[in-house]
Amino acid sequence: MTHTTDTHTDLDCKGLLCPLPVYRAAQAMGKLAPGQVLRIECTDRGSLEDFPAFARQRGHTLLSAEDRGAVQVFLIQKGGDR
Amino acid sequence: MTAGTAAPAPSVAPMPIEERETKTRPRRLALVASKGTLDGAYPPLILAATAASLGWEVGIFFTFYGLDILHRKKHRKLKVPPLGNPAMPVPMPNLLGALPGMTAAATAMMRRWMKRAGLPDVPTFLGMARESGVRLYACSTTMGVMGVEANDLVDGVTIAGAAAFLDFAAEADVSMFV
Repeated sequence: MTHTTDTHTDLDCKGLLCPLPVYRAAQAMGKLAPGQVLRIECTDRGSLEDFPAFARQRGHTLLSAEDRGAVQVFLIQKGGDR
Repeated sequence: MTAGTAAPAPSVAPMPIEERETKTRPRRLALVASKGTLDGAYPPLILAATAASLGWEVGIFFTFYGLDILHRKKHRKLKVPPLGNPAMPVPMPNLLGALPGMTAAATAMMRRWMKRAGLPDVPTFLGMARESGVRLYACSTTMGVMGVEANDLVDGVTIAGAAAFLDFAAEADVSMFV
């Protein structure tokens, strides 16, 4: 489900509905160190609101949220552990 | 207060939200799950799994028909009642909803939708919630009233009364009855 490159770890949440994208993102974040970046691709319309909320609640930094129409792409940098 | 001594101004100002978010205990969600239908089981499980993903502490008190969600056998067979449900996708008069087979048909349809949408079934969802640390309280009164034994329930539940749940809920930031 996740794939790691030099700059970030990819998480494919396409086709998944709430609560699964946030649930999977939380699991994937658990495996990263503070400062590392998770890139999430999503098709759930709610994700544009959900991932900023996820980042805020978890103390992560939402680097970018991009709506490409059919797909939404998020870059989230892991914050300190809470 | 003694005359002549000035009372110190209260030094405790409300903590700014940002500070509160990072410095104090995790947020807490307390849910009461009271419905034993398939459509009634999902909202508390979705909220619980999400809140746990946000780093919150979560507890669900399963009471009355909601206890069926924790029942090893029954939670695989939760149903959608077409009777008295004007939101059914194929609207039907209540009289038809009362016919034999209609509940099974509505249930089969909902299960198909859930599967198509990739949503886990209730037992799987419950497992996800438990693995993320959600506390599952089985209402002991309901167990007594409905003759449910501890080994009828899934593993990892806390059998408790209202006092234990309220003790958890007293510190909750969000509480809901669903």
